[in-house]
Amino acid sequence: MTVIHDRQSNPAAGDEDRPIGYGRIQRKEDPRFVRGKGHYLDDIVLPGMLHGAILRAPVAHAKLVSIDTTNALAHPKVVAVITGKDLLGLKLAWAPTLSADVQAVLVTDKVRFQGQEVAFVVAEDRYAARDALELIDVEYDVLPPLVDARKALDADAPVIRDEIEGRTDNRIFDWEMGDKAETDAVFASADVVVSQEVVYPRVHPAPMETCGAVADFDAVNGKLTLYETTQAPHAHRTLFAIVAGIPEHKIRIVSPDIGGGFGNKVGIYPGYILAVVGSIVSGRPVKWVEDRSENLMSTSFARDYIMQGEIAATKDGKILALRTHVLADHGAFNATAQPTKNPAGFFSIFTGSYDLLAAHCSVTGVYTNKAPGGVAYACSFRVTEAVYLVERMVDILARKLEMDPAELRLKNFIKPEQFPYANKTGWVYDSGNYEAAMRLSMQLAGYEDLRREQAEKRARGELMGIGVSFFTEVVGAGPRKHFDIVGLGMADGAELRVHPTGKAVVRISVQSQGQGHETTFAQIVAEELGIPPEDIEVVHGDTDQTPFGLGTYGSRSTPVSGGAVALVARKVREKAKLIAGAMLETRPEDLEWEKGRWFVKGDPSAGKTIAEIAMGAHGTVALPEGVDGNLDAEVTYDPPNLTFPFGAYICVVDIDPGTGQVKVRRFIAVDDCGTRINPMIIEGQVHGGLTDGVGMALMEIIEFDADGNCLGGSFMDYLIPTAMEVPDWETGFTVTPSPHHPIGAKGIGESATVGSPPAIVNAVVDALAPFGVTHMDMPCTPARVWAAMQGRARPPI
Amino acid sequence: MQISMTVNGTDVTSEIEPRVLLVHYIREVLGLTGTHWGCDTSNCGTCVVLMDGQPVKSCTVLAAMAAGHDIRTVEGLATGGTLDPVQQGFMEEHGLQCGFCTPGMMLTARALLDKNPHPDDAEVRQAISGQICRCTGYATIVRSVQWAAAHPAAPGLDDAPATDHSAGTGLDGTDLDGTDTAVPDVAAEIEDTEVKA
Repeated sequence: MTVIHDRQSNPAAGDEDRPIGYGRIQRKEDPRFVRGKGHYLDDIVLPGMLHGAILRAPVAHAKLVSIDTTNALAHPKVVAVITGKDLLGLKLAWAPTLSADVQAVLVTDKVRFQGQEVAFVVAEDRYAARDALELIDVEYDVLPPLVDARKALDADAPVIRDEIEGRTDNRIFDWEMGDKAETDAVFASADVVVSQEVVYPRVHPAPMETCGAVADFDAVNGKLTLYETTQAPHAHRTLFAIVAGIPEHKIRIVSPDIGGGFGNKVGIYPGYILAVVGSIVSGRPVKWVEDRSENLMSTSFARDYIMQGEIAATKDGKILALRTHVLADHGAFNATAQPTKNPAGFFSIFTGSYDLLAAHCSVTGVYTNKAPGGVAYACSFRVTEAVYLVERMVDILARKLEMDPAELRLKNFIKPEQFPYANKTGWVYDSGNYEAAMRLSMQLAGYEDLRREQAEKRARGELMGIGVSFFTEVVGAGPRKHFDIVGLGMADGAELRVHPTGKAVVRISVQSQGQGHETTFAQIVAEELGIPPEDIEVVHGDTDQTPFGLGTYGSRSTPVSGGAVALVARKVREKAKLIAGAMLETRPEDLEWEKGRWFVKGDPSAGKTIAEIAMGAHGTVALPEGVDGNLDAEVTYDPPNLTFPFGAYICVVDIDPGTGQVKVRRFIAVDDCGTRINPMIIEGQVHGGLTDGVGMALMEIIEFDADGNCLGGSFMDYLIPTAMEVPDWETGFTVTPSPHHPIGAKGIGESATVGSPPAIVNAVVDALAPFGVTHMDMPCTPARVWAAMQGRARPPI
Repeated sequence: MQISMTVNGTDVTSEIEPRVLLVHYIREVLGLTGTHWGCDTSNCGTCVVLMDGQPVKSCTVLAAMAAGHDIRTVEGLATGGTLDPVQQGFMEEHGLQCGFCTPGMMLTARALLDKNPHPDDAEVRQAISGQICRCTGYATIVRSVQWAAAHPAAPGLDDAPATDHSAGTGLDGTDLDGTDTAVPDVAAEIEDTEVKA
């Protein structure tokens, strides 16, 4: 491992000479991955392991009349066939979701979405398990499905969750934030009010590796070892203890290398529970790995928000207020992953980067005959939707006022001196210098030249669009008193042990799915203790080996777990100071720290390195009163606030006037996530998120026909950008540290996914201005753009 | 049925069902799990291996169809403990994150560079267009391949030293896995690498 000294891209780093700590270093994960020596879920093979496969419903809404498993059980390689009736006996037919609803593990009464789990086959190999699915006879009595969320609350809508006592409609929740009366008053007296329905269609995170589990129940010791594709192993352990009734100390969850998560692997899916049941029933380990169609059709979707947006302003462009009502389609079970008190996640950050007089939002969640989900795909708990709404509304306002969209934003930004800034829906933004980021982005893009080029092209009938988006993220949930997942406070633990020879192991509660935690968390410890990153092992993903915490999603690893790791390293440093005092026979308060070493003030030659202190702590040095042996520490970090990274994005598109095909020619992304731990990794996170944005804005959608058939259930239909659809990204950054974070760092992982779709759609709409288009909904596919050019733009759902 | 083929330079013979996909044969029978499976419609390319030097999606080839052919997987990309320049390029230029698409991407890159040692960026993008990556946004993958093109000096297949067979054993006791898990000394290379702003 070599540290590349990279001050240019890390101006916050400080010291001129920085041989260790933050900066661009190569990833510790890479050597195994480039050799095919990663260890993903489906690579796990245990002695006697069986394979499970799920029979899924072919229709969206139907009464289950009967299941006949006789022929499947007669298959020579089939060990067990589990149905909903079997699970009812075990009290496992329904499982609690992360939204305090329940979700059917296997259908017992009726099917509620196409692709829902109906039966589980356990067989000697994966081919036999699939064969046996064909041998199960199921009789359904098909019911009319509810597909259109806009009709979910109609009096004649079919009631999807009629198994819930007393339920007579499809309303899940109503939730609001902000002051309605105050907002209405501002709107009533505003010069200009613009309204627009803005739809964020249903998409899917589609990690390259699908979901899967290997369950290994040891009946002798009563211990369950469950290997899972999970982003939150500790939360899963607790939930499995509650769901399956197995004592929590007898459950070990192991999250191996994960082939991408993107929020898809936060919740507990029926397949995980079925693997456990299969292992208990068969007495052997059971592996379940879903295929791509199953992943797209039955695991957590993202978005599906129908937003009625309104923005109020003065005629010279001072934005005054925002209000919106959202209709949220949650599918058949409310399994949305978000903090308990936030049924619409953090949507109330929809006030964006602007200093408003008032704001109000309300969200109504409804059931439909679709797969559950909602919060996934780098959304930071609905921030994708919030940012998309405000950035579309600001653009529409700019058009109405005939102002440049960049200038309108600059005019309304929250100013640097206003931070910490309390917005009108209860968030306190930690820090920001929005104008600086916006100006840098415009400079990198050559914004004025682009506008000139556009004017020339427009005169020639060519369609070029420039889209601007400026976003404020909210990541790092979060303070325990405000945020919990099914009762578990959103704090994260860290344990650090320095071995006698000065090498260290840090155990963390979050779980990388490619974000480079094994590298960056070592860099944080390296910076705090002066131990080279290559001498620090980062352990994660095994609940028997790591401290409790809530996992990786919502870009919360750096804000919460990163804080925990910095603090645990400082705790070790303080303990090392006491031991060094004993070793140097001086009072600890007379010691001074330089990177990796305590020394006597005024006598730099008298000092002890961390390695020497570690050996002393484990050896025979007489330890001071109250100091125990070993050089280690633990912390649980409860952050005082979330972090609010931000970014200024500019997108340039060209549209083929003959076909409606959109080509993203340039994309300039300026991000500010405070202190930058590893610029190389940050850049990679941004690139990936920008590609998500191109996918969502131009290609991706999960649609349903009137019968409730899922039309986006494979990679033949659910289109994801390849190297051909994305440009060579242009990135820049500013550094505005989070004042409350131990190292000033903010989350970054989801920023680009959050910030890029509005930039791209704003560019498309800008290109289509000659056709009088003021809005079109995603995805901006050639057919839909063509329709918009003909004045027939329509919502996707 | 009985099939024989060469995998990473070693002859293997197995008794299999005719319907077994090459990806499952490689992963489950031979135990070479670097080759991945990411979709069911032949779109994603995480299963790409080289068959007689050509990239193929091993989920769309029956193991029986590979009989008599020469297969190279990611485990056979490094030779004798020395990384292929493509592998090194992916580490240098951060061409991977979760690592799931990486084996397929690298094998396609190797096949491209064998045919066209100095591709332009558009040619690299075209070459990997049958493969999906969800993490990187592709730009660093393009840079990784270009790094490999610019550093052909690292030993390639032809001048590779004898394969180290210590890492894995396939059917019939044959050694299949030519990799060496020792961390390479890439430090020297990095020292001379200009840092991208």
